[in-house]
Amino acid sequence: MPGKLKAKIVAGRHLPVMDRASDLTDAFVEVKFGNTTFKTDVFPKSLNPQWNSEWFKFEVDDEDLQDEPLQVTVLDHDTYSANDAIGKVYIDIDPLLCTEAASVISGWFPIYDTIHGIRGEINVLVKVELFNDLNRFRQSSCGVKFFCTTSIPRCYRAAMVHGFVEELVVNEDPEYQWIDRIRTPRASNEARQRLISLMSGELQRKIGLKVLEMGGNAVVGYLQCFDLEGESGLVVRAIGTACTLDKLSSGSAPNTNTHTHPNTAPASNACNSPSKDGKESPLAHGCRSTHNSPVHSACNSQRLSQNFSVSVPTLIFTGMGSGGSVGKEAGPLKTLLRQQTQTALEQREFPFFTLTSFPPGFLVHVGGVVSARSVKLLDRIHNPALGNTRSYKLLDWNSVTADEPETRDAWWEEIRQEIKSHAKALGCHAVVGYSESTSICEEVCILSASGTASILNPRFMREGCLDIGIADHRFEEPSPPSCGFCHIPYDELNMPFPAQLTYCYHCRRQKVPDVLFTTIDLPSEASVTGKGCLIQARLCRLKKKAQGEVNATAISNMLPFMEYELHTQLMNKLKLRSMNALFGLHIQISVGENMLLGLASATGVYLTALPAPGGIQIAGKTPGDLSNDHISTIQKRINDTIAKNKELYQINPPKLFALDPEVFCGINMELNEELVGSPIPEPRHRSRLFRSHSESSDEVSELDLSHGKKDAFVLEIDDTDAVEDIHSLLIDAPPPSGFYSCNTEVMPGINTWTSGVQMFTSVRVFRLSNANLTNQGLNKIFTDLCENLLKSFYFKLRSMIPCCLCHLNFTVAVPEDELIQVAVTAVAMTFDKDQTQEKPAEKPITKGSGDTEEQLQFSMELCADSSLANSQPPSKISGVPESSNISSRAASVDYGSFADRCSTWLELLRLKAHTIRRGSVKTISSLERSSPLPDGRSRSLRSTRSFGGTSVTVVKMTPLSFLPGTRIIKYLGIINMFFIRETTSLREEGGVSGFLHSFIAEVFAMVRAHVAALGGNAVVSYSMKECVFMENPNKNQAQCLINVSGDAVICVRESDPEATPSMTNSAQSCSSETDTAT
Amino acid sequence: MAVELDVFVGNTTIMDEEVYKLWLDGYTVNDAVKVRMEGGVMEECEASADVLLSDTMDQYRTFQMCERLLHSPAKLANQLLFQITPHRQAVLIERYYAFDDAFVREVLGKKLSKGTKKDLDDISAKTSVTLKSCRRQFDNFKRVFKVVEELKGPLVENIRQHFLLSDKLGRDYAAIVFFANNRFETGKRKLQYLTFQDFAFCAGQLINNWTVGAVDHMVEDMDVDLDKEFLQELKELKILITDKDLLDQHKSLVCTALRGKTKAFNEMEANFKNLSRGLVNIAAKLTNTKDVRDFFIDLVEKFIEPCRSDRWTAADMRLYLTHYTNSAHILDTFKHQVVWDRYMGVIKSCIFKMYHD
Repeated sequence: MPGKLKAKIVAGRHLPVMDRASDLTDAFVEVKFGNTTFKTDVFPKSLNPQWNSEWFKFEVDDEDLQDEPLQVTVLDHDTYSANDAIGKVYIDIDPLLCTEAASVISGWFPIYDTIHGIRGEINVLVKVELFNDLNRFRQSSCGVKFFCTTSIPRCYRAAMVHGFVEELVVNEDPEYQWIDRIRTPRASNEARQRLISLMSGELQRKIGLKVLEMGGNAVVGYLQCFDLEGESGLVVRAIGTACTLDKLSSGSAPNTNTHTHPNTAPASNACNSPSKDGKESPLAHGCRSTHNSPVHSACNSQRLSQNFSVSVPTLIFTGMGSGGSVGKEAGPLKTLLRQQTQTALEQREFPFFTLTSFPPGFLVHVGGVVSARSVKLLDRIHNPALGNTRSYKLLDWNSVTADEPETRDAWWEEIRQEIKSHAKALGCHAVVGYSESTSICEEVCILSASGTASILNPRFMREGCLDIGIADHRFEEPSPPSCGFCHIPYDELNMPFPAQLTYCYHCRRQKVPDVLFTTIDLPSEASVTGKGCLIQARLCRLKKKAQGEVNATAISNMLPFMEYELHTQLMNKLKLRSMNALFGLHIQISVGENMLLGLASATGVYLTALPAPGGIQIAGKTPGDLSNDHISTIQKRINDTIAKNKELYQINPPKLFALDPEVFCGINMELNEELVGSPIPEPRHRSRLFRSHSESSDEVSELDLSHGKKDAFVLEIDDTDAVEDIHSLLIDAPPPSGFYSCNTEVMPGINTWTSGVQMFTSVRVFRLSNANLTNQGLNKIFTDLCENLLKSFYFKLRSMIPCCLCHLNFTVAVPEDELIQVAVTAVAMTFDKDQTQEKPAEKPITKGSGDTEEQLQFSMELCADSSLANSQPPSKISGVPESSNISSRAASVDYGSFADRCSTWLELLRLKAHTIRRGSVKTISSLERSSPLPDGRSRSLRSTRSFGGTSVTVVKMTPLSFLPGTRIIKYLGIINMFFIRETTSLREEGGVSGFLHSFIAEVFAMVRAHVAALGGNAVVSYSMKECVFMENPNKNQAQCLINVSGDAVICVRESDPEATPSMTNSAQSCSSETDTAT
Repeated sequence: MAVELDVFVGNTTIMDEEVYKLWLDGYTVNDAVKVRMEGGVMEECEASADVLLSDTMDQYRTFQMCERLLHSPAKLANQLLFQITPHRQAVLIERYYAFDDAFVREVLGKKLSKGTKKDLDDISAKTSVTLKSCRRQFDNFKRVFKVVEELKGPLVENIRQHFLLSDKLGRDYAAIVFFANNRFETGKRKLQYLTFQDFAFCAGQLINNWTVGAVDHMVEDMDVDLDKEFLQELKELKILITDKDLLDQHKSLVCTALRGKTKAFNEMEANFKNLSRGLVNIAAKLTNTKDVRDFFIDLVEKFIEPCRSDRWTAADMRLYLTHYTNSAHILDTFKHQVVWDRYMGVIKSCIFKMYHD
């Protein structure tokens, strides 16, 4: 009996009216864990019940503790009929299982109902007592820490990076069970929510076990996804990077860890993510070969006899010199390094890392992006009973699902092997920035994986010899750290793809490619010229509606072309911005009934170590195809755009006229007379239409083209499509002045972040007219959709100027035939313009919301809880949890319905009226709490009014791994929540937009409430991994599923001295912290 | 081809004060977009009409979702759905409860009933405040009225505590509630020249001096109902006009004090008895609810209008009323000094406020 879970139901507030007659509610609460249920008494006739229950105790296995959520159901007692459910709260108690995380969960949770949304709040207190379990064969993995953050968490040090962990579990989707026909939508949604919660718990536990086996104690870069496969089931899968993390002495030595990295500024810490470079050219080449390669169909498993699966390796092609290249090393040093790494890495099946940002020295070289996609048919064979008569399935769940995971495992295994071999072909032993995703439409499923092939420093893999956290520890790097990662890992004489190599512009000793594509963040040591910017390639392709195999084959045939085009677009847009590297590349291909959508996002930068990109040259296929005028007009526009972009992104690379001729000899190039960085010469009509070339190698690229090997960049100008494509290139509007945007953690070139942070989620669904759409038309629509979204963001956030939209994460989907859905989550962060050289043209707009940001400092409270502090000093000061209950209860009395008014309340109010400095913003450290408020903070307007007795902790959310200007002092555990919302009164809820708007707001509210209950004040690495929206306006119905995750943390302002126990915001967390401290 | 769904949700709720104002003023989304375009916000950020429309719709939705909370503002502070800074919350509440003077002037003193609500479209047409905005304002009045109605304690303070309003707005609402409760007539043509602020000031005077709450601080409705006992006692003042000696004596005292101090002395002397009768009669009749309603109209008819036709200046008025009040203290047979002061204190300040063009 290794654990005792204790829960106490304190009070409720703002409950909905359940009894129309009295306008009141007789509420009681059921607390359920596993199969045990407790009930509170009924608190009659109140919308603000005070149950103040006893402690309900559950004695359970720690295995269950990991898998199960605590389920709190609020009901309305009804004497004559069945009790009505008001709503539920699922509390994940995992954070309590880890000694370093939270020790108590206490706070107000929104009561959530899948049909009605949030219906009031409930105050719950949860604790866990764990007994030591010495059983070696235990099934639980309590104590393994999970982080969504894709870098080493800020208050830890990586003692060792063990490597890739993955797991998946499969179950039937309750929505597709026969019972779903007879149960209510609410019951069905709840079954689904609960099942996914269970599955996530189980998955996490299993991964934890793997980590323990590997000898690690944490999973970093934990990425969990759901595949809603419809009738064939529901898959929950996760990948991550197992590590052994050492806690840095409780945040007390921030100067040694956080700050002593080469880039010491707090903001630049953010940049600490090293990134990898990928080459684009491999891609182009790869596409070709993929295209040529036959689709292989596999019908291996007996169970899958009807199944057809196609796998198409798309991205990097690997045919040339794979494996063999390893032998021919550029230098002995490299070989040595490689051998070391090999030994460390080869013990692993998959040397993959989900991290995108690394400790200094970890990343040695970067090869390029590797990716693989595979089209699979989801079969119904697995669940034969579901076939024709899908009701009455009598199979036991376990038996049905028993080998399903294996099928899925095999699929992923196949893809991972592919990735691994791609990496090998690039002369790399590891893949970093690795991620996996799926897109499902009916029975077709595209599995995708991508990452960045790279060579890692073996020290980090070996037991006990590394000390990453210590900044001044320097490895003997084979090359200067700031450019080392750019150097090619493969053998230049036996390149896996045609690339133009030059000597590194930084060290001039090693070869670098002309362009680098990577899926990781920009390494902190990388030196960058100018600013970066978001670059997107967007593509729509129509496809015939088809079924089964035909459909799968059609899709897999289209994939390589899409991939190819996306890369061509990316490359062209990169050149148009005069940049030479992409970081954070993420390519999503989404499948619908009648179209495929491709969206590639990345952050372009100019890496100083790489050669300056060539311009873009336009030419007709044959002279006379189009008038020269036309071509030269386009050429001029392109040249102008390039020049404008150079100015916009401040790209003024040091001119290196005197390049060592050796550079060019190395690749047998003739040195052209053109100056480096000079604009493009006259259009040349003999070259094919639209291509890019590196400035120093005009002749060479020409040569290449003549070989037909570089047709990646060739479009036929006589083709109107080509003209369209060029136009669309030029359509992308740069962000308005004062704005920057990127999809990486932070913007290369900006490091003076101020505290303004605004995380947001935006969803748009576009309905296509059923008119005969062409690919071009579709592309235009899709591009406009994305561009307009960005424009909307700029407009909405204009009060934050100067600001940068970071971590712009676009997700596209084709929910129905004619619908395109784009969901974006990002964070806008303000920065100090003065410290970055801005163009004078930018004028800051200071409007009301400027002070919003100011006041939403992470450490401030929304409410004048000073009122409580003043009127009930004892409860605040003592750290006993019960005391906080008192205060919250008192508060809930205050703000209940007016029906609950009583004279005592008035007394209380009056008392407060005299004591409160209402609405003033205050910081939460205990020191400040007791000190008088700074007068400047309380405004005259507010100083005379009360905002109530309870405080709502401000919880900041960000998709980044940090909050500017703050220091994370504690990770409280992972937040991983799944919600379903459904409505049968869509119009009444404001239509689809109203419905989704309130649902997203509710999801945010629930995340914040959970974080606050853990004692935290921020969520980092927040992401919305799933947003599935379905509507049926005719029936006035809609349903939406959202899955979000992130790391709950406590952070303090950088300037604040030490973390004190009362550093947390809420009264509850104060007490919890005290508990921990003692 | 159309954008079917378009939402933007920030972790910190983003609200544009300009759009909030348009929403409160009852503009439709399209009208609001037009106004914003004319306001030049588009140039500010290279936005297009589409962007503006999308933003406006988002904001309107947010406000609609917040509206429920604004109905009981205390909830806004501890609700979890929207993360809004305290300052922003205060602004939201204050603006939501703000009202148009033109509108309130129409409703002031009327019963806040369904019947009045039906007339809102007329009021809307008359005041050119949109119907939507009229409804909001009317509902606000009604809501405040209902909540405060049964509460003990000082009216202004109650309103401020429950609705988290500023002192100024709290007082205005107190006036509205007070007028609605006593149904003071404010709509007559003769009263048209008075602004809401004039009435609000008078209401404040009445609340502070003539209600039950002026003497007892813990009674229900203390600030809403006039002090019945006091009204009864006011009848005693009649002696000032019914007793001929007293009236003459009073007049001569006042005239002595005023002589030479004002140009309007002759008119004052001539009108003394009329004016005195007017004021004392108002006092004596206040036991009738009907006469309470006509309080302001009576003041205007019986006192302000005669003085105005005699072209008294505001200073004359001040001088006259001061001496008129004080002289009564010297009358040795007049025993109701306390009641007199309580009555005249309010009358004086009300008339001062109301005596303008």
